[in-house]
Amino acid sequence: MELLQLVISGVAMGCIYALIALGFVLIYKATEVVNFAQGDLMMLGAFVAFTFASIWQLPFALAVVFAILVLAAVGALFDRLLLRPLIGQPPFSAVMVTIAAGFVARGVATMVPGWGTDTHALKAPWSEGVLRLGGVVIAHDDIAIIVLTALLCLLLYFFFRRTRIGIAMQASSQNQLAAYYMGIPVRRVHTLIWAIAAGIAAFAAVLLAPITFVHSNMGFIGIKAFPAAVVGGFGSIPGAIAGGLIIGLVEAFAGFYLPEGFKNVAAYVVVLLVLMIRPSGLFAEMRRKKV
Amino acid sequence: MRFILKTRYEQDLRLFRDQTVAGWYAALAIALLAAPFVLPEYYTTQLVFIFIWGIVGFGLMLLAGFTGQISLGHAAFLAIGAYAEAILQARGWPFFASAPIAIALSACAGVVIGLPALRLTGIYLAIATLAFGFIVEEVLARWESVTAGNSGMMVAPLRLFVEPIGSQTAFYFVCLVAIAGTALVVRNLLRSPTGRAFIAIRDSEISAQSMGVNLARYKTMSFALSAGITGLAGALYAHQIRFISPEQFTIFLSIEFLMMIVIGGMGSLHGAVLGAVFIVMLPELIAVAKDWLPQVIAEQTGLKGTIFGLCVILFVLFEPMGLYGRWVKVRTWFSLFPLYKSGLFKRQKSYQKSERLR
Repeated sequence: MELLQLVISGVAMGCIYALIALGFVLIYKATEVVNFAQGDLMMLGAFVAFTFASIWQLPFALAVVFAILVLAAVGALFDRLLLRPLIGQPPFSAVMVTIAAGFVARGVATMVPGWGTDTHALKAPWSEGVLRLGGVVIAHDDIAIIVLTALLCLLLYFFFRRTRIGIAMQASSQNQLAAYYMGIPVRRVHTLIWAIAAGIAAFAAVLLAPITFVHSNMGFIGIKAFPAAVVGGFGSIPGAIAGGLIIGLVEAFAGFYLPEGFKNVAAYVVVLLVLMIRPSGLFAEMRRKKV
Repeated sequence: MRFILKTRYEQDLRLFRDQTVAGWYAALAIALLAAPFVLPEYYTTQLVFIFIWGIVGFGLMLLAGFTGQISLGHAAFLAIGAYAEAILQARGWPFFASAPIAIALSACAGVVIGLPALRLTGIYLAIATLAFGFIVEEVLARWESVTAGNSGMMVAPLRLFVEPIGSQTAFYFVCLVAIAGTALVVRNLLRSPTGRAFIAIRDSEISAQSMGVNLARYKTMSFALSAGITGLAGALYAHQIRFISPEQFTIFLSIEFLMMIVIGGMGSLHGAVLGAVFIVMLPELIAVAKDWLPQVIAEQTGLKGTIFGLCVILFVLFEPMGLYGRWVKVRTWFSLFPLYKSGLFKRQKSYQKSERLR
């Protein structure tokens, strides 16, 4: 029973990591940029949702939809303003820009009136109460996270497999130049990918906020999601989800069975071990170096 | 524009390009030697910080700017240097014995993290160093019998031999010697076959390998040297700050180091120092600017991070060569006066290069 309890809380946390990792992977796959600001985008998403739901008193579902839309716009703006001028520059430049943008986002969030450095609560309609199944107690929050993440993954799967624009995105992530030749508007696809990734960040924020509260430093969880993305292999969507679940489970078990302190570093120990055995992650696609 | 006609091999070995350059460095040296006697103590302290961050800048520049390996864990090397120095000095070791051990310990940590780096590239390497940084931070917080854990530890004033050095001025000169020595070592290293191998690895691993550069050896060496230099900075940092605790050495410090060398100018040693100057001056400038800003903005806690982030964004977008690059452009503009071309410093786009690594 204890084991099952741990597994469920680990999977729930893992889903959050997976959602953030998904944002990393989508952007990396399509644009070859590692977005260090994904966690901070999530933080912005949480604050926007909080503004709509708690300050303006909109219904929760509407607030979530608005938050996702606003963040998608922010993501698109991000790409348009900061990353498009950097096409053709060394990848390190783009990484620095996203790190710096994360700093700016965090700083600006503390300056917005009503947001500030305080901790805010964002209550989801489901966030009260627990479900008892036999001896296992599951918080409604955890159920919501797991179910909604699964739904989102299904949605994304169909988007990338069945829709025209989704297939165009896959093409441009596999070979940008060839995609250009096929008439795919690669740059517009990049902007769209950024919008989707930021939207996913907002979605993750809404799921996470009832558990951890909304505050300007909640984006740090993004740093934990990096190991998730790397364990799965940066550039593999199923890998990101598997990686997130692995990290979530390892953390839950480390927190329970190992002495205090191991929970904080469990994710990093796992990522180091994985990198030593498989230098490009568990689900990495084989890629030869092109000369 | 001055051209130097080289007629002897010794001219290639000179540290400075010509008499004028040597003269400028001599002037800088004299100014720095005189500074603690002329300036108020507050500015001496700021200079000490510039020296310490400058040493970190050299270390990180060697790794990131010249070998092309990105590290998000340099705060960990700084921490290892700082803790080794603090613990050894507390046991009565003199600086001449404790600092080399601090450097050696950091360098060993650099080898440890450099070993997986042999198989890792790009983002995987960055995450491995990030993971290493977190693990070191956690170890420092939990290994309470040695590091005093989260409560931190006080550091005694620096003892060169037996007696503690009395004044901030004396410490200033220790730091000055340290940064000058580091600069000399790094500069000479970069002119040697080792340094050229580093640069070859940065520019293209495949071509470096095919020219006979042993990637494993040189990458590990670069990590070890970089970490060792950062360890020296850590040893000095411990004495300057007088109190060290694990939360000073977080991922954000590592990121700040990276931002420092980006602002200074990637791939130049001058850039490392200019970045250090910038990072130390920025809080001062913000403090000055606060008087001018409306109170609503000036009193915000996130102001420094925002301004710092904005600076990095603006530099990467508009001046990717950093402060030093801007200086070189200005200098070239003057020396070529009517003939400066706007495309002179244009960089090749990555998709135009023949090699494209993923």
